Amino acid sequence: MRIISISLLLLLGGVLAYASGDLPSRGDPQAPASVHVSPHYIENSLVEMETPNMVTAVLADYRAFDTFGEAVVVFTAALSCLLILIRRRREEEGDEGREGRA
Amino acid sequence: MSLRFDSGLPEGLAGSAHRGMSRTYHSLFVDVVTKAMVPMIQVFAFYVIFHGHYSPGGGFQGGVMLAASIMLLRLAMGQEESFRRFPPDWGMLLAAGGTLLFAVLGVLPMVFGGNFLDYEYIPFLGAEAATRRYWGILLAEVFIGFLVWGALVAIYDALSGGGE
Repeated sequence: MRIISISLLLLLGGVLAYASGDLPSRGDPQAPASVHVSPHYIENSLVEMETPNMVTAVLADYRAFDTFGEAVVVFTAALSCLLILIRRRREEEGDEGREGRA
Repeated sequence: MSLRFDSGLPEGLAGSAHRGMSRTYHSLFVDVVTKAMVPMIQVFAFYVIFHGHYSPGGGFQGGVMLAASIMLLRLAMGQEESFRRFPPDWGMLLAAGGTLLFAVLGVLPMVFGGNFLDYEYIPFLGAEAATRRYWGILLAEVFIGFLVWGALVAIYDALSGGGE
């Protein structure tokens, strides 16, 4: 079982290493990621929202939907932490009532 | 009320670890430094939130700093004093309020005929489209800041056993 998983991992690593040869070089202006929407952001963010910080412009306006999702994730994480911890504490207190503290 | 860490030791041997994070340090230095640092941390946190348009920073980072200032209060002053300054209920209230207001900010443009979170369509934010977007970004950052602030304090209170 262990040999299978290790060889699968090696195979996956080999495929990734092989595929990484086709990646565009770092900072290449002709890379597909750099010719889609990035030029629009870089050229127009100051004009469209009076915001010199491009990162903020992308985060809170162009990609605001994504940021809203992130915010909801943070809220959900806090909520579930709270519910789990409070419930566990109640269970502990319940045990205490039955058999005393260990 | 406080979270118990079960070390398996008898009561006396477990010592002060028993009361966990609700323990107070009775130290003059800690008190004075905390009282001096907390307002400065909070002012800098609001600077980070409101200056997100011009420098690195924004709602998430500023919110974390605000939460850190409250955690410093909790650690240095103990529960009684710090709960008087920042009640444990406020954490979840801030988090829920921030999320709700952000959602309202998203729905408002839809009321006026735009897309979700398209601040350009909120008429009372300014005269020009760019100005409206500017204020929309600022409002979003502030709401995110409140959300992160409240969420982290709520998690801390739940872990330390104070948020009941």
